[in-house]
Order: sequence, then structure tokens, then C-alpha cells
Amino acid sequence: MEKVYSKPSMLPDFSNGWCPGCGHSITHKLLAQGMEKYKMSGESILVVPVGCGTLSTCTGWFDCNSVATAHGRAAATATAIKRCCPDSLVVAYQGDGDLASIGMAETIHAANRGTPITVIFVNNNIYGMTGGQMAPTTLIGQKATTAVYGRNLQEHGAPIRMAELIAGLDAPVYVARVSLHDAKHVMQAGKAIEKALDCQVKGLGYSFIEILSPCPTNAKLAPVDAMKHIADEVVKVYPLGVMKNLVD
Amino acid sequence: MSKEFLKGNEALAEAAVRAGCRFFAGYPITPQNEVPEYLSWRLPEVGGVFIQGESEVASIYMVYGAASTGRRSMTSSSGPGISLKTEGITYLAAAQLPAVIVDMQRGGPAIGQVTASQQDYLFVTRGAGPGGIRCFTFAPSTVQELVDHAYRAFDVADEYRAPVFILADAVIGNMMENVELPPMRELSELPDHDDWKLTKRGEDGKARIVQTYNPVLEDAGKANQVLADKYQEWEDKLQEWEEYMLDDAEYVIVAYGTTGRIAKSAVNKLRSEGIKAGLLRPVVVYPFPKKAFEKLDYSKVKFIVDAEMSIPAQLLEDVKLSVGNAAPIYTALSSGGVLIKESTIINTVKENM
Amino acid sequence: MERSVIIAGFGGQGVMLIGKTLGYAASHASKEATFYPAYGAEMRGGTANCTVVISDESIGSPLKDEISTLIAMNEPSFRRFSSAVVPGGEILINSSLFDTVPVVEGVKVYAVPVNDMAAELGNIQMANNVMLGAYIGVTGVLEPEEVEAIIRKNFASKPAVAEKNIVAFRAGMDAVK
Repeated sequence: MEKVYSKPSMLPDFSNGWCPGCGHSITHKLLAQGMEKYKMSGESILVVPVGCGTLSTCTGWFDCNSVATAHGRAAATATAIKRCCPDSLVVAYQGDGDLASIGMAETIHAANRGTPITVIFVNNNIYGMTGGQMAPTTLIGQKATTAVYGRNLQEHGAPIRMAELIAGLDAPVYVARVSLHDAKHVMQAGKAIEKALDCQVKGLGYSFIEILSPCPTNAKLAPVDAMKHIADEVVKVYPLGVMKNLVD
Repeated sequence: MSKEFLKGNEALAEAAVRAGCRFFAGYPITPQNEVPEYLSWRLPEVGGVFIQGESEVASIYMVYGAASTGRRSMTSSSGPGISLKTEGITYLAAAQLPAVIVDMQRGGPAIGQVTASQQDYLFVTRGAGPGGIRCFTFAPSTVQELVDHAYRAFDVADEYRAPVFILADAVIGNMMENVELPPMRELSELPDHDDWKLTKRGEDGKARIVQTYNPVLEDAGKANQVLADKYQEWEDKLQEWEEYMLDDAEYVIVAYGTTGRIAKSAVNKLRSEGIKAGLLRPVVVYPFPKKAFEKLDYSKVKFIVDAEMSIPAQLLEDVKLSVGNAAPIYTALSSGGVLIKESTIINTVKENM
Repeated sequence: MERSVIIAGFGGQGVMLIGKTLGYAASHASKEATFYPAYGAEMRGGTANCTVVISDESIGSPLKDEISTLIAMNEPSFRRFSSAVVPGGEILINSSLFDTVPVVEGVKVYAVPVNDMAAELGNIQMANNVMLGAYIGVTGVLEPEEVEAIIRKNFASKPAVAEKNIVAFRAGMDAVK
């Protein structure tokens, strides 16, 4: 029989520890597929800060040289690694509290310097690891453990659209927002990640992929309903598409 | 080797390059601005990388990234900036990455003054960060010693895979003085770090992970024990101090850094008046040179003077721990960015005789 | 033998360059030396000062409560630092910018119109080297040739300018003979 599909070899043979329905496992698979395809002459290096995503590096769920950096600082760490090792594929993998809140300065300045790294931004609209606190990406009206009546515009401001913010800078060459809410969009997300990695391999510049991802545990939704929530609500606030493409 | 007349900050930067430093990230703060200014053009000349970080925080995490690739890496700042870097310093310590951190102390607390001060002593010698880490800490008292310490700091950092501090101050950083620069090191002579750097996979073909988090609690405890053993080894092997006219000293002045050099000329003046003063100068302040105090002949020593540019006194705590009840301790202090005066030290000795 | 000097004036008068030139020259003459600039917020106020210590032995403090010499390139600098000069010491003033020559008890005051002299020699910007010459002439702390070598280095890319400054330096020395 012809083998038409296999798990990426960068994901070792053991089950991960994320919650059922978590988008990190899908994102990891897409990223692993992409990083297998797009390599450079040096060792690929994954930069992962504190957040649910960190679990993968700390526990060996991703077979790639990795550095676990502090909450919010992945873009700074990745910038330095890339400047020291220009022949390595360097990928920062970040969540929304991390990238858009505490690490906003590092995020923006790394993008603005344009060091050719790839940033994978998993936006699930909530602080997952710490237990459902409001993130800068939380939707208006969405309840969080630090906004029990829901986020409101007057007090908390509007959700931050990172892909648009990054696309507004001069240096980034490829910026896109994708979603994981159905098979078609997962395929598109995979293609966007590969495109972003390709930009780095070709030395074209900084690339940024925002991925709308479910957190059923903190959204208090069943996994399937969490996907539906993205399709019905989240994409209205966070429109999908390529925000910037200077490479084609 | 001929001597050159160089500004401390620039001499430090050149010494770091000659020691093999090939990465620097930092953020502007007086009184150390000549360090990044110099390295911004000097590092690219030797194939190194200079990044002006968007913040102190970003800068230390850039050092963290660069260090993980096995490069000799450095950052530099002053008290307010070092405080912002502290979480990153604990990451370096916990991940056991070598790096050199320079604190050109300025007055404090908060914004303080940009001039002479030693107000970061406890902050730095007690680890400069949460979680119980310690950092090996050099305390130079001349531009020459600043250069020598910069050269050695990278070796200590590499040998022990740990962040190493140079606790200098605004005076040493900004004064010009005669200095003999060390020779340029060949990078091929430096440790290759092939056993841990991220640019290679493990011997077993497995991916390498630089991290500070242990999901298994027992492993976390063991990791902390590794750090504790390292600090104990420093205490056992690497205490360092200068003794000046201590053999028959009745009045022992303890001072480090810029205060140390001023205390030395105070000792000379006191001796010229027939007063038996001596100087015990910690050259490394963590580990603190307790052994030097054990050597003192307390049958002769009438009292100790702790001299430092900090109010409240900070070095005093280590002096008290080392002296115990063996002799009375008095203080000669200055603060507020004011360079301590030789006369303050001399008068403290005379008033208590 | 240890000698200390504070050099003070307006920003732009070449105060720091006098200090550094002295430091470099002392270093080249195999003496111990320190140069310590006032900097930071103080510097932004338009005034500048630095302290140079030259010694045969290692130097303790690069700043001194009592100084051997004051070089006051303007009147505010004289008012600020003149009391720090030890009895028997000397003060050199840029008398082009003083209405009268001040008297300080126990201290010899040398009035040198360095602005006017430099202007006569072709460029008022050479006033600092006129003053440097006067300082060397008064104190003899370094050989003139040692200082001239550094002045030439300061203008290494402009030999003609260097020679003009050497002339200015020597004019300063002559003025205090």
C-alpha cells in the first residue's frame, strides 16, 4: 500500500500534554511539517517563551534544538540567535499574552529591525497556562477570570490586531493571519507557515504568522464548539488573510 | 607592552573584544554609554554582533540567546538598568549560560545620580534576581583592573557556565588612566562549548534544549543543588583580595572599587603621620573574601573601618559577617553621587583612635 | 610629587581637550595620571570642567578636595573653584573674559588674555592651547616637547593647524615668563 501521510518526524512518538482540543497540537504539527521542509545549512533553532507552548520544548515534544526564554522575550532572544547564526532557521513560537502584552516591545522592535526570523503567534484570545485571565486579544464581551463580566471597551480597550500592527511596519516581508477552525483553514495555515519559513530560508526578511487557535478549556466550550466559536465570532474581529506580502 | 591613556568605559570594551567577546546588547544609560558606543563599531570590525536593544530587558534576553549559541557575550548598564535585567540574569544562571554583565554603579535609589556611587553592592552580591542565584562578582578599583577583570570575567563565566558581574562605578568608567591592554585572543583558543551550544545537536543525536524549567520536581531540586555546589566552589577556591600594609596594622580599612584606591592613599597619609593603618580591599566581592578576615591578627587590630560610597552602608553587612565580635567596626561613608573623600576616611580613623 | 589641576570654563572653550592633552602627555612621559570629566546633567548646562592629577606614584582619588592649580577659562569657573586651591598654589585666568584680575590670598594669580592672544594668532579656538602653554610655563610639570607632541597628535590630520597651535602653546608659555 502506498503511504500517503505520516506524522512529521520532528514530533516524537509520545502523546503531548495539552488539553483536549487545544490548538497548539495542530500548530505544532504544521510547524514541524514546515520546518522539515524548510531547512538551512545550520541547525534549526526554536525559541519558546513561557506559556502553554513552552511545554513542548521543556518536555521534548518537538525534536529541534530549542531555547526556552522568558515570558514575552522570544523575539529578542531569536533576534540575537539569528544575528549570531545567520545560517540557522530561527523560529519564535509565542502566545498572545506573551507576544501582544508583556512582550509587545520586543515583538514590535524585532519586527521593525527586520532580522529574518519567523514568528509564529498563537492567538487564542486568553491567558491559557495561568488560567483564563484577560489577554490583550480577548474579545469584547468575552469573560475572563480577571474580567468576570466580560471585556468592555471603556475599561479595557479593544482587542489588539497584531498582524495588522506588524504589517504596518516597513521591514516585515510576509505577514498573514490564518485560522485552525476547520480542515480547509488548517491547510491554509500550513501553507502560510511554509511561506513564512521560505522567506527566512531565502533571506528575504522577517515573517509573522498569526494563528487563530482554540482554547476550549478556558473558553469553557467543547472542542468542536471552540472551533465553531472561532468561525462565528473570532474571525469577525480578526479578519483572515495576507496582511503584507513583499516577496511575490 | 606600552601603556595607553584610556577612558575606563572604552578600555573595558576593548578588553572585552580582546577576551573574545563577540556579542553585545545594551541600552543607553549614563555612566556607561561609551561601552555600547565603542562596541557598536568595534564588534563588527572583528566579525562580532552589536545590537542596541529596545530596552534593558530585551538586551539581557539577546545576551541569553547569543550565549546559547556559544559566543562570548556581554551586556553593560548601571543600577536602574541592571534591575530591569535581573529576571534575565536568573535565566542565564539557571540555564547555566556564560555571560558577562557590567554594572557601572551610579547613585541611587531610583534614578539617583549619574556620578560616583557604590549603592548596588547588596543588590548585585546577593544575586541580582529572584530565585536564590549568585553571580561571581569582580570589583575593580582602577582602569587597569577593570581591563584585567573584563579579560578574566569571560574565563570564569565559561569555566563555570555562569553569568559573571563586573561591579565597577561611574568614576572608573569615566576617568582616563594609564592602562596596558591585554593581547587579542584567537577565538580558536577559546572553549568551543561543543558539549552544550545550540548550534549542534547532542552527541546522541537528540535535540538540545536550553531551559530553566524542570517539569519533574525532583530534577528541579537537583538543578538547584548544582548551582549551590558551584557557589560553594567559588567560596572555597576563588576568594580574592588585596592586602596593603596589614602586617602590623592597628586600624584596618575595608573598601572596594574606587573607594579602595582612595582608602589606599588614606593609608599612606596615616602612615606618614605614624598611624598604623592598613587596607583590606576585596577584589572579588562575591564570593566575599572571608579568608582575608580570618588571617587578621585581632590581637593587634584595634578597629575596622568600613569605607564605601553608600548610605546606608552595604559592604558593612559582609564585613560584620566576617569580623563578628573580633573588633569594633566604624563606617566612613558618602552618598548622593559624591565621591568619597580621603579626609573622610582619615578622620574616621583619627576620631575613633 | 603629585599635582592636581581643575580646568573649567564654558562648553566649547576646549576645557576637556586641555585636560586630556595633559593626561596623554603625562602618560607618554611615563608618569601616573588621571583625567576625570564632570559629565551628565551638569554638562548640559553649558559649563565644563575636568580634573587632571599627575604623579610619580599611583593615584588615589581622581578628584581632590584641594588642588594645586586652577585654570579658569571664565569668571563663573573662578568663583566656583578658586577656594579649592591650596596656599602656595596658582590660578591661571583667561583675563580676556575678566573685568579685573582677582586677588586670592596665598595664591598666585596669572592673568593671561588667551582669547585675545589666540585671536591675534589667527583663531580664537586656539585659546585652550595658549592656556595650556601658560600652565606648563607656570608649573613645569611636563616638558614642553612632551605636550607639543600630543598637540601634534590632536591635529594629526591637519599638520598646518597643528603647527599654528604649537605657536599658540609657545605664546602661552612666553606670556608667563
